[in-house]
Amino acid sequence: MCAERTLPKFDTASAKITKEEGLILYEDMVLGRLFEDKCAEMYYRGKMFGFVHLYNGQEAVSSGIVKALRPKGDYVCSTYRDHVHALSAGVPAKEVMAELFGKETGCSKGRGGSMHMFSAEHGLLGGYAFVAEGIPVATGAAFQSKYRREAMGDPSSDSVAVCFFGDGASNNGQFFECLNMAALWKLPIIYVVENNKWAIGMAHDRATSQPEIYKKASVFNMAGYEVDGMDVLAVNTLAKEAVARARAGEGPTLIEALTYRFRGHSLADPDELRDPGEKEFWGKRDPIKKFAAYMTEKGLATATELKEIDQKITDLVEDAVKFAESSPEPNPSDLHRYIFAED
Amino acid sequence: MAETLMFNALREATDEEMARDKTVFVLGEDVGHYGGSYKVTKDLYKKYGDLRLLDTPIAENSFCGMAVGAALTGLRPVIEGMNMGFLLLAFNQIANNAGMLRYTSGGNFKIPMVIRGPGGVGRQLGAEHSQRLEAYFHAVPGLKIVACSTAYNSKGLLKAAIRDDNPVLFFEHVLLYNLKDDLPDDEYVLPLDKAEMVRKGKDVTILTYSRMRHHCTQAVKEIEKQGYDPEIIDLISLKPFDMETISESIRKTHKVIIVEECMKTGGIAAELVALINEQLFDELDAPVLRLSSQDIPTPYNGKLESLTIVQPAQIAEAVQKMMEDRI
Repeated sequence: MCAERTLPKFDTASAKITKEEGLILYEDMVLGRLFEDKCAEMYYRGKMFGFVHLYNGQEAVSSGIVKALRPKGDYVCSTYRDHVHALSAGVPAKEVMAELFGKETGCSKGRGGSMHMFSAEHGLLGGYAFVAEGIPVATGAAFQSKYRREAMGDPSSDSVAVCFFGDGASNNGQFFECLNMAALWKLPIIYVVENNKWAIGMAHDRATSQPEIYKKASVFNMAGYEVDGMDVLAVNTLAKEAVARARAGEGPTLIEALTYRFRGHSLADPDELRDPGEKEFWGKRDPIKKFAAYMTEKGLATATELKEIDQKITDLVEDAVKFAESSPEPNPSDLHRYIFAED
Repeated sequence: MAETLMFNALREATDEEMARDKTVFVLGEDVGHYGGSYKVTKDLYKKYGDLRLLDTPIAENSFCGMAVGAALTGLRPVIEGMNMGFLLLAFNQIANNAGMLRYTSGGNFKIPMVIRGPGGVGRQLGAEHSQRLEAYFHAVPGLKIVACSTAYNSKGLLKAAIRDDNPVLFFEHVLLYNLKDDLPDDEYVLPLDKAEMVRKGKDVTILTYSRMRHHCTQAVKEIEKQGYDPEIIDLISLKPFDMETISESIRKTHKVIIVEECMKTGGIAAELVALINEQLFDELDAPVLRLSSQDIPTPYNGKLESLTIVQPAQIAEAVQKMMEDRI
């Protein structure tokens, strides 16, 4: 069992969110949770295949970060655990579900699968299945933003890239190489480490000489912060500051969100190594329950309003399943399509 | 017409494409202030600035991945591999992301990027700097692979590669940078997928590429002395092969020798032989002959190194054997 770190304190009074913003965050987290629960159900019913990695427990990170971006024009880059990042980025749930069903109507037209969600329309640069390989790609998207402004003379170019990855990726060379380049060139990018303490069966403390990942930013002269990844308000508040800094040309930020996955690494993982006490500790810190309590206590929403959102999302996820089930599979005659740009 | 060395022809191609399209930029080790290890980008940073001639830290996998990200979001990166062998360190980004991502994304994105630089066996550079990489990358779906061989074709092909909407691996050869051609004053662009007829002939088809093209032409005098008339085709495109030009020639000569610099096992010729057998078996009067480099790391010693790659005399000898039905 990994020792628990002292979670950074967040003063909710500094959050200052409106009712609308709060409801957006709440709805997005509920969507992430209910979508993934439905995936587990569909996987066990034989409707989806391969490796399926669920995001339960980490919703505050995806919602808190991505909802700090513009709905259009910014970029999100993900990992193999990418369904919920795709949803937060605005990819319709039915297209993500259809992708998982391997259907032509999926966001990657059934060619990608669980670990390869893409949507050019929503700035989703993709789910990258090999650990850390998305970090350079996101860095390139951030470079593009700076390039358009400075080398092509387009003053309106101020897009920001967000790059999600896990604690395991923070030991990979691409992480260090890209932090160096992003800081060197002051790229508009936010690196978000979702430290859920486990890289499959490798406890973070067993893999990492300095487990406090956010501290690694300092050696690159980059801003680095840790945040309670189970607190969407804390994540969102920090993300807004990082996005503003990136957009102003002040460079990258490394955010380490301390979080936990409520399920195994994938649906094929027997999850035998994690201590029940650890799971219980984090289970009690459910980010959705925490934020629902905050919303009602602060008078930002009533319990009835939140229930209505829960119902709306339940229906939306059901519709996504119906859409996926009734969608056609890719046409076999298109087997070789999309190899080259002309196809 | 202006007499131009190959490295300058490549520089002109880069310069012209950068002037034509502001989304084109070059990145890699020492491409900016230093001007590239073979001076292909010399002084271009003075004209286009440090962002468009981006000197990168020595982090091949990461800067190749960055180029993929820039390409996904609308730029046209040209990566210079200081030595193409260094790209082994970037194999993941080139194979998984440059090569496969368009397909995996269901056509969401295109990846217009060029990866160019010096490859091949030089003069006693040692094994790591004397790689024959084309076969390593040959199986990766989604990549186009091109090998230039003259000052003239290097310029026209590089311009085409930069304009192409797909990832193109563009092999130059470390020993060919000082070849000269009179280049046209007017702009020209050559097709990436067309083989080049080097010498018309009727007796035997010799398929080759890159530096081995010149070993083949050096062998011609000897072959003519033997009384034979070889047809020499420079493949140019290693993926896909220009099977139209290849089959037209084979239908005429019915005999094929492939001369390559890459290793025999799993090489370019291995793939070509299989295709020729599949598509043109009935046209062949003899089994296709492969002249490849040895399946060994390139040795440093000069004598051993020259034994590693195919020499002109071996080509002439192979033609004679084939024509005398000794194969």
